[in-house]
Amino acid sequence: MQAKRRRSSAATIALLPTWIAAIFIYIGTMVWSVRLSFTDSTIFPSSNYVGFAQYARLFRTSRWLASLENVLIFGVLYVAGCLALGFVLAASLDRKVRFEAMFRTIFLYPYAMSFVVTGLIWQWMLNPTFGIQASVRALGWQNFAFDWIVSRDMAIYTVVFAGIWQGAGLVMVIALSGMRGIGEEQWKAAQIDGIPVWRIYLSIILPQLGPALAASSMLLSMGVIKTYDLVVALTGGGPGFSTEVPAKFIMDNLFERQNLGLASAGATVLVLSVVMAVAPFRYALYMRARRKGAQ
Amino acid sequence: MTALRPNGPKPSRLTVGRIGLYAFLIFSALFFLLPLYTMLVTSLKTMEEIRQGRIFALPGSLDFNAWKTAWSGACMGTQCLGVRLGFWNSVKITVPAVAISVFIGAINGYALSFWRPKGSGFLFGLLMAGGLIPYQIFLYPLVRLLANLSLYNSVAGVVLVHVIFGLPLVTLLFRNYFVAIPEELCKAARVDGAGFWRIFFEIMLPMSVPMVMVASIFQFTGIWNDFLIGLVFAGRDNLPMTVQLNNIVNTTMGERAYNVNMAATILTAIVPLAIYFFSGRWFVRGVAAGAVKG
Repeated sequence: MQAKRRRSSAATIALLPTWIAAIFIYIGTMVWSVRLSFTDSTIFPSSNYVGFAQYARLFRTSRWLASLENVLIFGVLYVAGCLALGFVLAASLDRKVRFEAMFRTIFLYPYAMSFVVTGLIWQWMLNPTFGIQASVRALGWQNFAFDWIVSRDMAIYTVVFAGIWQGAGLVMVIALSGMRGIGEEQWKAAQIDGIPVWRIYLSIILPQLGPALAASSMLLSMGVIKTYDLVVALTGGGPGFSTEVPAKFIMDNLFERQNLGLASAGATVLVLSVVMAVAPFRYALYMRARRKGAQ
Repeated sequence: MTALRPNGPKPSRLTVGRIGLYAFLIFSALFFLLPLYTMLVTSLKTMEEIRQGRIFALPGSLDFNAWKTAWSGACMGTQCLGVRLGFWNSVKITVPAVAISVFIGAINGYALSFWRPKGSGFLFGLLMAGGLIPYQIFLYPLVRLLANLSLYNSVAGVVLVHVIFGLPLVTLLFRNYFVAIPEELCKAARVDGAGFWRIFFEIMLPMSVPMVMVASIFQFTGIWNDFLIGLVFAGRDNLPMTVQLNNIVNTTMGERAYNVNMAATILTAIVPLAIYFFSGRWFVRGVAAGAVKG
């Protein structure tokens, strides 16, 4: 009995640093930030509570509203684009191609690099005076225009573009490993029925990749709301604030514009939106696990 | 992850469909490689060549001056010391942060799956929830906290923050790994009189070498590629390479030295790329294991 208690106390002690981090850092700092969002803090934290005034101010700030719109456009197109391109690449590689390993390596390498690096590469490629536009014009098409990066209406799509370039390989790897887990019999059956290959992938393989694609889109979506370095490196949020994103708005207000209260309100909104996005998903998983348990 | 072995029938001869398939794959490969190629050729050009505006053209002659400048002379504001300092800062940050976080992750996974002390289920849930939350909500209080501990603007501070924010992922990886190992193994060792730490160091840690590899690769690339934490917590003298690179490229005065910028970009990407190329299979496993996080 004595010995048993000593052993379990070792396990408790081993988890102590993690307990401290979880309670003091994860919960503690979050509570602290949420509290700050209800004060009129500017450069230093203040304890003058102003209720929801910072939130009201936040949603009157056009830059914040623009950042929400941008992250929505970016998020939808980025996740959809990565899923679509990743799935098509995986299906192509699944067709017993030669040099499969080489193609896989090429499609995934951008994922190994920093978003800063991705941003800077594409900044260079999309530079109107030197990049793709200039090269195509030099080939003779004098009126060719690909200057999205300096256009207020189009710049956000360059962020999407660079994001998909970086993230599609991730979906490819996850989807491909899912496809390799599907049994040979289904292929034989479908081919005896004379179903064309593309239909097999769309109607038979795709539905079975549900969990794999759900995991990928979850992973990609988590990245969306954190998107910061890609924008900083690629466009710096500009032109104007046409590529501003919430994470960058919060960072700027925290450390440069010294709007502590406003930034904290923004961060709180961000966390709430994550909770709202994740909760139904988690609930569905939980219910499915329970139903499985009941069977 | 399952073995990557193709399904379906083996194609017998070249058809129009096969040609289309290869055309698509080659076109896609070019799209993915084009930026890397462009960076490389730009970094080897002189500024005169770059001004001609043909971004995809091969350099007239190989000129490695941009690389030398990028490494030891590129300017960040008024300081012209290159990315060399940032490189060593990144090493100083990444190596201990990876070692500590993987070690703690292994202990956590082991304790959570075999010992389950009181409240450990709650702790695990807390970590998983914490892993989903955007860092911005933690940043300001954490800055204040580290300032009070005299760790703000120091390598130790950045390492600590990386370890803390890495906990959810490494714990999840190791917990899922250890959960699949039969509990009898731990029970038998306990009957033989081995304690918590002895079982960990003599049985579980040696058994988990594959997961140590996966978690280390995943953490290494993640921490090396980090921008936000380095920017906020490192302080001017300890900025990691990613932050320095962005400062060099995006705050230069006058004409931009595109060749130097691209050389510096390649230098920053080279470490994670090397890891990716040399540990291919493990990297893919790490990516796939990370996907479980959702």
